Amino acid sequence: MTGFEAIAGREVLNRAGESWDRHAVAAHTASELVSKRIVVGYGFWIFLLSDIVMFSAFFASYAVLVDQTAGGPAGRDLFDLRNVGLETACLLLSSFTCGIASIGAQAHRGSWFYSAMAVTFVLGATFVGLEVREFTSLAAQGAGPTRSAFLSGFFTVVGCHGLHVTAGLLWLLTMMAQVFAKGYRADILRRVLCFSMFWHFLDIVWVGLFSMVYLIGAVT
Amino acid sequence: MPATPDGLPDSERPSRRIRSAAAWIGRSAVVIAPVVLTGCQPGVLDPLGPIGTAEKQILIGSVAIMLAIGVPTIAATFAFAWWFRASNTRATYLPDFEYSGRLELLVWSIPLLTVALLSGVAWIGSHDLDPYKPLPSKTPPLEIHVVSLDWKWLFIYPDQRVASVNQLVVPAGVPLHFSLTSASVMTAFFIPQLGSMIYTMNGMMTQLNLRADAPGTFHGLASHYSGDGFSDMHFDVRAVPPEQFTAWVDSTRNAGPTLDAASYTALARQSVNTTPFTYRAADPALFRRIVSQQLPPGPGPQTGRPHPSVSPRTEK
Amino acid sequence: MFGKLSWAAIPFDQPIPLIAAAMVGVMIMGVLAWVALKGWLPYLWQEWITSVDHKRIGIMYTLLAMVMLLRGFADAIMMRSQQALAFHSQGYLPPEHYNQIFSAHGTLMIFFVAMPFVIGLMNFVVPLQLGVRDVAFPTLNSVGFWLTATGALLVNISLVVGEFARTGWLPYPPLSEITYSPGVGVDYYLWALEISGIGTLLSGVNLVTTVLKLRAPGMTLMRMPVFCWTTLASNLLIVAAFPILTATLAMLLLDRYLGFHFFTNEAGGNVMMFMNLIWAWGHPEVYILVLPAFGVFSEVISTFSRKPLFGYRSMVAATMAICVLSFTVWLHHFFTMGAGADVNAIFGIASMLIAIPTGVKIFNWLFTMYGGRVVYSPSLLWSIGFMVTFVIGGITGVLLAEPPADFVLHNSLFLVAHFHNVIIGGVLFGAFAGYTYWFPKAFGFRLHDGLGKAAFWCWIVGFYAAFMPLYVVGLMGMTRRMQHYDVAAWRPWLLIAAGGAAIILAGIIMQIAQLAVSIRRREELRDVTGDPWDGRSLEWATSSPPPAFNFAVLPRVDGEDAYWRLKQRVRQQAMLVAEPVYTEIEMPRNSPTGFICAFFATFMGFALIWHIWWLVAVAAVGAYATFVVFAWRDRHEDVIPADFVARIDRANRDARGEALAGLGTAR
Repeated sequence: MTGFEAIAGREVLNRAGESWDRHAVAAHTASELVSKRIVVGYGFWIFLLSDIVMFSAFFASYAVLVDQTAGGPAGRDLFDLRNVGLETACLLLSSFTCGIASIGAQAHRGSWFYSAMAVTFVLGATFVGLEVREFTSLAAQGAGPTRSAFLSGFFTVVGCHGLHVTAGLLWLLTMMAQVFAKGYRADILRRVLCFSMFWHFLDIVWVGLFSMVYLIGAVT
Repeated sequence: MPATPDGLPDSERPSRRIRSAAAWIGRSAVVIAPVVLTGCQPGVLDPLGPIGTAEKQILIGSVAIMLAIGVPTIAATFAFAWWFRASNTRATYLPDFEYSGRLELLVWSIPLLTVALLSGVAWIGSHDLDPYKPLPSKTPPLEIHVVSLDWKWLFIYPDQRVASVNQLVVPAGVPLHFSLTSASVMTAFFIPQLGSMIYTMNGMMTQLNLRADAPGTFHGLASHYSGDGFSDMHFDVRAVPPEQFTAWVDSTRNAGPTLDAASYTALARQSVNTTPFTYRAADPALFRRIVSQQLPPGPGPQTGRPHPSVSPRTEK
Repeated sequence: MFGKLSWAAIPFDQPIPLIAAAMVGVMIMGVLAWVALKGWLPYLWQEWITSVDHKRIGIMYTLLAMVMLLRGFADAIMMRSQQALAFHSQGYLPPEHYNQIFSAHGTLMIFFVAMPFVIGLMNFVVPLQLGVRDVAFPTLNSVGFWLTATGALLVNISLVVGEFARTGWLPYPPLSEITYSPGVGVDYYLWALEISGIGTLLSGVNLVTTVLKLRAPGMTLMRMPVFCWTTLASNLLIVAAFPILTATLAMLLLDRYLGFHFFTNEAGGNVMMFMNLIWAWGHPEVYILVLPAFGVFSEVISTFSRKPLFGYRSMVAATMAICVLSFTVWLHHFFTMGAGADVNAIFGIASMLIAIPTGVKIFNWLFTMYGGRVVYSPSLLWSIGFMVTFVIGGITGVLLAEPPADFVLHNSLFLVAHFHNVIIGGVLFGAFAGYTYWFPKAFGFRLHDGLGKAAFWCWIVGFYAAFMPLYVVGLMGMTRRMQHYDVAAWRPWLLIAAGGAAIILAGIIMQIAQLAVSIRRREELRDVTGDPWDGRSLEWATSSPPPAFNFAVLPRVDGEDAYWRLKQRVRQQAMLVAEPVYTEIEMPRNSPTGFICAFFATFMGFALIWHIWWLVAVAAVGAYATFVVFAWRDRHEDVIPADFVARIDRANRDARGEALAGLGTAR
């Protein structure tokens, strides 16, 4: 029975296929299977969600440890909101330019793409530079990450975002080089899409850091 | 549409039932026999205090409730698998039987009702047997401070101003109020025959209320892995009549070293298999200083520092 | 130059790991030499190591799991024999060695046996069941596998270079902090899991996207086989839970490497936070493992009962309910922390709630058998063994979910017996059922039936003999992880448990024999039609083993049990139909990215463990360069010409035609 049914069933599958002509099969397959652009974007979005979960863990531990200053400085003694405001401006502006770059890429407009990407890089690098300056000045004041559990949590959650931005800058340069070398190929454009999603995602995380770490920390 | 049988399956006929029951008994004997046998062994099924007794009741009651569902389920698994075997020509083949609203209702409601019942047990039990809840008693509880060290137990009797290591002497019938902390890593304090264990953690204090109803000697142990000397981190609990306890305190005061910050720091170094001993005098404020970390946490392994590539072997 | 690494790192004074490692080394060299002498290295490189085919990757995951099972089981045997011997004595394993063994046993069994086994099955089966040609991200899939293998390799390197963690399979601080564990053991653990955790996360992203976005025409979500549903649930949990593990272990790494104070005793660190975070990952992890096993049982019980799965919608609802509930119960792992009655009671009740959908599943499997024609193949035996065993495990689990009962059972061998009851009885039996069930699909021949049944009986008898006594000693107050003890009443039970481990060993030997015998007799066990079990889902609609492109023509689905419905409809018309129109097929090109990336990751992990900073930098640059090279390639796909597709499919049709003719004359 087994073999017979296997064969019979298979024939039906094939017969189902047979009812379309060759062209229709291809068209059908292409239309009912989701486009690669959607699949890639969707997958990367899932990845970003998982990254958000990771940041949530760091946020949660920061929230638990925020009062554990071990006799050392607290947020209100340390945070320089002007510096943070500058960082925020850089990052938000860079998201805007990143959006322009991705429109430029979709439109195959090299001038737009390269210049917007370059501006994005400069803004991102400025952000990282400001953060490094902040970290080194904190460490110089004796408020490094080993000073207290609060500072460990602070440096980790902010530093993790900073590392993401740094990795994003590396990716950004790689993307520019790729577009330069390969042109606006479909796979390259999909990567540009992922990159811009990543960059906006960093903005969202920063909004959380800005409000929950810096603003609340400086006020309370 | 699939035919939905409403009557009992053939497997429920007596001869089948006996056979499947025999199969089940064989299996369940393996599970239950040891449980019955342990009744006479020292352990959580042989409690000697009110907390342990209540916990044993919850344990056995819950198992009984669940067995009422579990045993028929296991029996039905065997019965269905056997009766509906492909070679059994007498079994009805229902190739389209894939949905029955009534059965669906049943399969959701049985576990739901069981869990509802057990949830009540859990809610009431959690509140009645909360380790922080004082035991109802006319006599005030005996205060005992417990410090877990690498790898031994320190028991301080603040009101009596004595202390002991790796042995716990308590008056029977008197409520015991333990305040616990750890000198270094985390572990747990557990006297199986008295009930409830609780974690000990550095920089934090947990509490536990127990009582031994009758005199006797029980096994106490660290019930959370804490490093290389962990297996030797057990102690005897001697519950004695209250007057003997007073006598023990008096005799303890006559001999032994004193417990203060300096001797505590020496004690906090790692050591294994420490022979029980007592302190003739103990600083009652010591425990608070350990909890508040005024006395620094235990130092951990000392050999091979500062950069050992492989952990140092345990010092014996 | 070599950081902390020196000759002192090699445990010359401990013969057991050295001999074990030497044996493993000789075996690996032997296999490599044999492969090289036979001239199979190019084949191995082109068809397996660089393969991005989900079937090949799935098989490699499963193979990794089985090899690591042997290693983890060797640890288990040592633990059981140590506890059998160490009554009033030190046994034969000193604490610093015994503690590594139980830590390695847990780590290996969860991360490098159970995880790769279920991920391997999901990888192999899900695209076939969905009726598609590959997963969403084939190269990423390869990267994920090789990073998992990297983690396994690092854990095994710790056997001879340095030491492994002595902190248990979850490194609770402050014991795992540098103050109390100054050696490299915990670092091995942490980096192995950080690296393999990234691999697992990539695999999770991949499979979630595959199930949600790539399905055959007409394969709606509610027409998917239950195994696809459990895959979706399991991988959603991976995506949501593994980042927590990554973050938590990263915090511990920062504590150990840079002197941060997340979980230290000093400067405000909080050990309770570690426990909350690690179990916020750890409890979902349990369901990451067991949900795919539930899926396997659903497929196997339905197929071998010759019936559709009873209560499909209930099963889907129960699966997703478990998926959500699993995130709400983590606190039951530390009721004894003194959190207070309300908190304990709420988490206890939440934990019990999971028993509802799980119970529903058990009942639905039961009613799937009801009215069926149950064929006692080894896969089904594993499933029935699971149903019985899992009910017992469920009962003890609900018991442990009651805070007052947990107060006396927590951390005891009762707990150890419980989670082995559900992980062996649930996950491992499910993995073995799936392995037996899909083996013919993967390799084109069935596994030997008799030896499979013998293996099952050894395993189940051995399991009960090994773990029921642990319930008993747990009730006697014996706590876990004891290197020696002096309570006489525990001894007899630990001797029985050691005997049980020996019976399980016999089961493992049977499984090895089964594989060897089946390979030798593969011609008589050949699966010619591609449907050896009279299956119900689409993986049986293609040949065994399936061609690289899975389906010559993508199937069109119009209901649950897609393949079975089609078979049913043509029962009367038992005749071959004209062959379909073949078109050319584009398949992703193989790529060594995953392997090379893992190569660098291995060096990076090793260098980080031993503080060889220059090597860390070199490996990081190498890994980045690997991705850039991958990104620079111009051809992503190979085109399989239509006539090649036709040739392969026709060969299979011919085989099926012959079988049909044979059946016709037999009638």
